Order: sequence, then C-alpha cells, then structure tokens
Amino acid sequence: MNRPLEGLLVLEFCQFLAGPSAGLKLADLGARVIKIERPKTGDACRSLSIKNLFVDEDSLLFHTINRNKESYAADLKNPEDLERLKKLISKADVMTHNFRPGVMEKIGLDYENVQSINPKIVYGLVTGYGSEGPWKNKPGQDLLVQSVSGLTFLSGVDVDGPVPFGLSVSDIMCGNHLAQGIMAALIKRAKTNKSVLVEVSLLESILDVQFEVLTTYLNDGGKLPDRSGAKGSAHAYLSAPYGMYQTNDGYIAMAMGNLPNICAIINCDITDLYVEAGSAFENRDKLIVRLAETFKKEDTKHWVDLLEGHGIWCAEVLNYQTATALNTYKSLQIEQELDLDEGKKIKTTVSPIRLDNRKLFASKAAPKLGFDTAEINKEFELS
Amino acid sequence: MLPLEDYLVIDFSQFLSGPSASLRLADMGARVIKIERLGVGDICRTLYTSNLIMNGESSVFHAINRNKESFEVDLKREEDCEMVRELLKKADVMIHNFRPGVMERLGFDYQSVTALNPTLIYGEISGYGNNTEWKNKPGQDLLLQSVTGLTALTGNADSGPVAMGLSIVDMLAGAHLAQGILACLYRKALKNEGGFVQISMMESAYDFQFETITTFMNDGGSLPQRSKRNNANAYLGAPYGIYQTENGYLALAMGSIPQLGNLLGCEKLEEYVEVSEAFDKRDEIKAILADHLLSATTEKWLSILEPADIWCADVLNWNALMAHEGFKVLKMVQEVEMIDGYKYETTRCPIRIDGELLTSAIGSPKLGQDNEKIIKEFITQHTIANA
Repeated sequence: MNRPLEGLLVLEFCQFLAGPSAGLKLADLGARVIKIERPKTGDACRSLSIKNLFVDEDSLLFHTINRNKESYAADLKNPEDLERLKKLISKADVMTHNFRPGVMEKIGLDYENVQSINPKIVYGLVTGYGSEGPWKNKPGQDLLVQSVSGLTFLSGVDVDGPVPFGLSVSDIMCGNHLAQGIMAALIKRAKTNKSVLVEVSLLESILDVQFEVLTTYLNDGGKLPDRSGAKGSAHAYLSAPYGMYQTNDGYIAMAMGNLPNICAIINCDITDLYVEAGSAFENRDKLIVRLAETFKKEDTKHWVDLLEGHGIWCAEVLNYQTATALNTYKSLQIEQELDLDEGKKIKTTVSPIRLDNRKLFASKAAPKLGFDTAEINKEFELS
Repeated sequence: MLPLEDYLVIDFSQFLSGPSASLRLADMGARVIKIERLGVGDICRTLYTSNLIMNGESSVFHAINRNKESFEVDLKREEDCEMVRELLKKADVMIHNFRPGVMERLGFDYQSVTALNPTLIYGEISGYGNNTEWKNKPGQDLLLQSVTGLTALTGNADSGPVAMGLSIVDMLAGAHLAQGILACLYRKALKNEGGFVQISMMESAYDFQFETITTFMNDGGSLPQRSKRNNANAYLGAPYGIYQTENGYLALAMGSIPQLGNLLGCEKLEEYVEVSEAFDKRDEIKAILADHLLSATTEKWLSILEPADIWCADVLNWNALMAHEGFKVLKMVQEVEMIDGYKYETTRCPIRIDGELLTSAIGSPKLGQDNEKIIKEFITQHTIANA
C-alpha cells in the first residue's frame, strides 16, 4: 500500500520510550527507521524487562517499542564510527535523540553541526524538562515528571494522597507530540527545502495533557482540584454520577448524565440530596455514596441492560481477559503477530491509525543489536 | 513561517477528541473553521466543568477551541449545506466525530466529500469503529477506559477500578488523528493526493497500553497486579511509587533497594540483596520504605538522594509547580483574547519548531462570529443568491 512517509529515512539515537515510540509511529506510517545503538549494550531498554519477560536476548518491552525498525551499531566516541555516521546523516531526512543537554554538542552532532552535514535535516530533540532552567539536568523519568506536574492530584480519592497514572503517560504523550512535530517539520521542509528543529519535553507534554483542567485553574482564581472522598469517583471536576460503582458481581462505569432521570430508572431516592441542578456538584460525594448503595444490589448486566435501554451512557468495567474477549476487540483487529527467527512469533498491537481504509499492519520484529550494520554500510557506501 | 500555513481545515467535530486534533493543527499554522449547529454550537460550549463559566461558555470549550473560527449553519437546510460544500471544495482537511451513519445521512461522508474534492484529507474519530457490534455505543472517555482494562492499572490492589482522572482516551484519539492527518498532508505536499484517516477510541486506548497489553498477550494472559500500597505501575518492583514524608511526598523511580537502605539509614532494606526481590517482595519493601520516609522531610530525603544520582522528585500541586522557576522558564502559559475583548489564560502548544514557541493570541470563537467573513471570502454569489 501507499504509506504516506514512504521513502523517508529516520535515524533514531533515542533510548527508552518517548523517542522510540515516536520512531515506531513514523515507521508504521511508512518511514524507514534505523536505530543507532551503542555496540554491546544498545538501547538500554533491551535489558529493561517487565515481569522478567525476554524474547531471545532482548526484553519483550524492547520488542514492543522497536518493531518495524533496523539496528545500526556505532560507538559515537570512536572517530571512524562517527565519520560513518556523519555520512549516513548526510543522507537522512530525520534524526532524533534524547541525550541529556551537552552530550551531542561534545560529539559534534548537535543541531548546529548537523546542519552543516545535512542542510535539509529534520532534527528532533526530546528532553525531560526543556533545555534551560533549574530542572534541565534532572533525569527525564516518567513518574518524576508526573509528580512535579500536578497530575497526581487528579486520580483516585482525596484521602489517597497523590495517585500517579499507572502507565508512562508523559513518555507516551511526548512521543506522540514528537511524531506530530516531525511530520509538521517535514511539511515545512517540503516548502522551504531547509532544515527544521523540533523540540519536545516530557514536562511540556504532560502539561498539555492537563490543558483543560489547567485552563480552569488559571481562570477560577487558582483553585486546586477537589477530588471526591467517595471510592470510584473518576474526575475531580465532574459531578455525580460520573464514576465507577461496585455491583453484585463487578463494577459499572457511569458517564455524565441527567441524575434525577438515572435515579428514577434505578430506583434510588435522592430527593434529600438533589434539590436543583447544582446539587450534582455540591453534593457529589454524598450522591456517589447513595448511588453505590443501590448499584450493589444487582449484578452488572442487570444495570447495563436497564440503563442502556433508556439511552444512559454506561458500561461494564472489564479487565484484559474480558476486554480482549469482546467481539468488538476482535473486529477492530487490535492485535498482530511479529515474525521472529525460525518461525517463532510474538503478539503485539497494531498502529491505531487506519489509513485509506486499511490497517497499518507491519510484521517485522524488532532488530537484534547491530543486525543491519553491514548491510547499511554497503548500501550507503560507508566503509 | 509556521509549518501548516495556507492549509484550511473544516472541523465538524465536538467535545474533545476531534477538536483537540484541530487545535494542534491550528497552532501549527492551519486555519481551522468549526462548523457549528445553528443556535447551539459545539455541545462542549455548555458542558460545564466545575461549574466554571467564562464569558458565557465552559472553561473546557475555551481551552480546546482557541485559535479557531466559527461558522454557524443549519445542516438541515439545503442552502447551508451548499455553502459548506463550497468550503469543502477549497479545504485541505475535514474532521468529524459523529457516530457512524450520521455523515452519510447529511451527505458529508467520505465518498460524497471526496467526490467534491479528491485531494481532501478526510479524518474521523469513532468510539468503536464503523463496522463493529459496538459501533452505536457512545464514545465516552470513562466508558472507554472501563472497557479496555485501563482502570486496573492505577491505584492500589484493593482500590477497585481507578480511572485516570482526565479524558485521556479522547486526547490520545485526537493525537492519533492529528498524526494521520499530518502524514497525509506530507504525502499531499509531495504527490497532491487526498487521504482517509480513521481513528477509534478503542484502538487508541490500546495503543496507549501497548506495553502492558503486549505483556498480557505473551504472558499466558495473566492480569496486571497492582502493589498493595504506593502503586505507580503494576508491572514494576519497589521502590517505584510515591511516599508520604514528614511534610509532604516523595516520588521514587527505579533504584537498588540495599543502596536506598544505606543512603536513607534504613537497615531493614539492606537485607534485600537479590535483585528479583525488588519485584517479588515489593509489598513488604514498600511498607518498610513508607514507614521510614515519614521520619523526615521531603527536602531532607532529596538532599541525600539527588547527589547520589537516585531518581527521585518532590510531588507538587499546581500552586507549587507554577511558583517554581523550572516551570516559569518553559513559558507554558499564554493569554488569549476573544472577539469581544474577553481575555483568559491557557496553556500553549507543547511543541517548539525552530526554537520558537507555537503561541497564538486568538481566543475561542463566539458561535457564528465568522459567518459573514467566511461567506464573503469563500461562497460564490451564485450560492448566496440561492440561499
């Protein structure tokens, strides 16, 4: 198929999640992505496992983030390797890195220097906290960025103290933003024929994730978010019934909706707590507790059938086992298989973007460290 | 010069997912025209968050729709549809997030619109795709979090399901739509071809979970187990989490347990010498750590850990964050102004291009504020005569 970024060459000097997740998006959209990795160790993510899961010598985590890419091993401190890399950079369209400030300057591969090697390069830079200010040398680690950004006061209930999102949300959103910035830069370059610098940081990205609630905070006199004390509440700024409620056999999620209407349907008396529309905010915690008493009495299916029959927005709360068994999960073709050596396969997700009526399947597994070095040397006449 | 200067985006979408994508395109330089329903507009205008109404509309609407124009139309009137078709003929991108079938009824589905303008890029967001059992279910953020297993990752083992306290799936779907559109705009710049970009919130929610769901797929289908306390990632061992101190909180990322014990003066931790214990015994390690960290201030612990290169941080709320030089230096807050002179503060685009911040001083539009200008600029006299 005709993938939009076909013909583009991306050199990825990034490690871990943020930068490489952007590289994966570009690869699925058609670009050729070559990871530039340190000999012997490579991307540190190769040895960073979760639940100690490895595929051959690399972690499953590395395989998830780095499928559909090639690997070129080079030591940036070795002058011969560096010369080869400069030659490769001169033929690339995009390069990305997430080294701490100063590292690429020392090697001579900072934006200024790379422009003289390739005046049409799109240069993507990922940092933790930007390139200036007191935090610029802090480690760009997801949980720490979540912690300084105020995000941890939005989830869970007030007595929990700070509750981080249970995924590397700063890394992932920053990767999304890097991919967007690089593609915008490629569009700009198509018109100007000149190099473009794209900069993102984990902190700016996680602040962007909070743009709605931060805008509220900036215009309501600086009121901090007021999470509910009632278990299951799901948003510090939304009124009852928004949240998840335990039933006889599981949990039901309730989106925003007309509270008196919902309570009439489920036969829950709130007349003492709900006197006007504003009560849904003012008495949020008491209302959530009251609703919870009713939802406990029947099983989830009973409530979902009843409420959906009345057009109320709700859903059963599922785990990975029940969620992946859904027909809709299967129809959307969320999974794909990657081909490993000797006919072995692993499963992972596909790009979430459907383009020109097709899913962007890509069965190429992550590369072994330096797997493509010789081939790339030959192809680009580097040695 | 902004990257998307000279591009025209016609945006029929409402709420957050689609409009967050067009906001990004607007900040990158595109001209975005919202197509809004006569008399009502984007429902987000009246979707009040925390009861905060700013200049007659919800704070959320102002955050999502700054830097855009508003064209108020009645798509049940043929004359109005004709004007919208005129606009689409000149547009580069069109976006909608109606439920499957609605655009077919209105005559603005992919087939119809690309017949008018073959090089247009057509972007749409649904909850669950156009051809699935759940295609007619509402694509609402909390419900998507709930049906994709996401609520089993945050909070502690005994917390029950815990939502991420923001409309994260909406934002991911918007980010993915923007990516698909940008990729197609690049292709269009080279080959002058149109494109069709479809995003479903369910696929976006799983893309967000690609690490954990891939683990589930290859691990015999075992479910994520959050730690009993101080959980920050179901799949990571101690110390990963946030801990209370004498006067606040401390976030700790990865680190060797005996080394931490040594630095913090907590002998009990020095016994956990096996690397695998950090995961296998994380509940007891976290309990020891939590008790110990209560004995001194956050500043004290940071002054010990940071010089030793242990990855840690203070936990800030927005007041503390915004007072900090590390935040101020980012210049993340900008002021924008509406057509009637109403000003408000909001955040800017998080991406920098060529060292420049992508700021814009234009606030959100009043419903229909740009009708006259748009008609004058884009609609031929013939169409107006019929209107």
